[in-house]
Amino acid sequence: MKAIVTVVGKDKKGIIAKVSNVLFKNDVNIVDISQTIMQDMFTMIMMVEFDETGVSVVEIEKALKAAEKEMGLSIHVQREEIFSSMHRI
Amino acid sequence: MINPFEIMETINMIDQENLDIRTITMGISLKSCADPDIDKVCEKVYDKITKYARDLVKTGEDIEKQFGIPIINKRISVTPIATLVDVLDNPTVEKCVRIAKTLDRAAKAVGVNFLGGYTALVQKGYTNGERVLIESIPEALAQTDLVCSSVNIGSTRAGINMDAVKQMGEVVKKAALLTSETKGFACAKLVVFCNAVEDNPFMAGAFLGDGEGECVINVGVSGPGVVKCALEKVKGKDFGVVAETVKKTAFKITRMGQLVAQEASKRLGVPFGIVDLSLAPTPAVGDSVAYILEEMGLEKCGTHGTTAALALLNDAVKKGGVMASSYVGGLSGAFIPVSEDAGMIAAASCGALTLEKLEAMTCVCSVGLDMIVIPGDTSASTISAIIADEAAIGMINQKTTAVRVIPAPGMKEGDVVEFGGLLGTGPVMPVKPYSSEEFISRGGRIPAPINSLKN
Repeated sequence: MKAIVTVVGKDKKGIIAKVSNVLFKNDVNIVDISQTIMQDMFTMIMMVEFDETGVSVVEIEKALKAAEKEMGLSIHVQREEIFSSMHRI
Repeated sequence: MINPFEIMETINMIDQENLDIRTITMGISLKSCADPDIDKVCEKVYDKITKYARDLVKTGEDIEKQFGIPIINKRISVTPIATLVDVLDNPTVEKCVRIAKTLDRAAKAVGVNFLGGYTALVQKGYTNGERVLIESIPEALAQTDLVCSSVNIGSTRAGINMDAVKQMGEVVKKAALLTSETKGFACAKLVVFCNAVEDNPFMAGAFLGDGEGECVINVGVSGPGVVKCALEKVKGKDFGVVAETVKKTAFKITRMGQLVAQEASKRLGVPFGIVDLSLAPTPAVGDSVAYILEEMGLEKCGTHGTTAALALLNDAVKKGGVMASSYVGGLSGAFIPVSEDAGMIAAASCGALTLEKLEAMTCVCSVGLDMIVIPGDTSASTISAIIADEAAIGMINQKTTAVRVIPAPGMKEGDVVEFGGLLGTGPVMPVKPYSSEEFISRGGRIPAPINSLKN
């Protein structure tokens, strides 16, 4: 299954390391990654892929909660279809 | 593949602009539950609802979590209950109320927010069962929490049943009095329709019409806040740009509804019915239809120009949404429930928005006079006359119109009634002091209009 992980917050050292480490530990593969500053905010968007039998969207989001809290970020994990259906015909 | 701007746009719509799916509504046919014995009816109704809707709430919550889109309500609509009452041996008000309580119990057992369908369709005439059911509405609504009721008293095809209009004025009044400690809350669960639709997922008017199947999933989208924010970016531009912006936004909102509807239908193993493309406000700040109209350049919703602004909005929402969904239905348009919309509440409180202006607005948008609190001493015949006016607009313009007014006991113009939750806060709005008593007591039927003769 494919999902989109979005990370928004104040730029600081170690965000990518922290987030990708959690993903790695949960056996989640990063397919694509894009990082930019939008309205003064660090914004990272990852497309990730994982085996549904091993881990779920909800579990990944839960696993990222600690990093979210520790680094003052806002992290969302959502199935990819919500974005493709809204913006693509 | 990843376009960061598109992804952040979606996330902002949800996080900042109150984009949500208003409701997943499961329609369940209760035709198979008919029985002359009231005990059997109640048993069959309870069993069927709790069986069919067993996983509805959980499925809704799962979709919510996985897609990250809030789904505010999970609801059930059922076959008009008058159909069951017609089959009963010796139908009475008490028996009807028992069915209502059974519906309430079933709704609570499966954990839905509302259940609609305590309904009778009497646009041309009453059956015996329908007559008893309508009589029982005040008791039924006062003694239940989640059951919603609607009565269709007119249609373009049939004209307006003025006997039913007269009776509904009395029913609304009685429902308010029976729930006077909550300022007439029962009336918030009661809609009087002209041209009611059979696949509406929105409350209080949802029911599963005669032409519908055994079980179906209908989805209602929301998102006034998203439209308002999109319009903020085109300040001062001409109306072509405004319409285009609304269309594009409505398209995106509806795509989300379509996705959720398909997903829910697949997971529940129930056919997908329709997506209702409505802009449904909530009392939350920034989730208001009135603010969209004000964003177009009106100082206050209700001032001159409001009807034109609403007409543009309603039309553009449909044009944008229609291509985004494979099946569009329900009410599909902009809702203007006064107490549920922060901007409408403000406009009504300062006197910019009046009942007369709202009536004009209902000519060009979805539904009608919705969630309007009127003084507690308003007579039943005045309420009937309000219903008749609204029904006439629906009948002649071949559209759905509805009346959901709350004659709040003990309240007068200038007071404010707090309903809480999605139902919001209603300032008491004045009605005309002149009587319509003689007009309403005539009874009979207003004939179907000439534009119904299409065959």
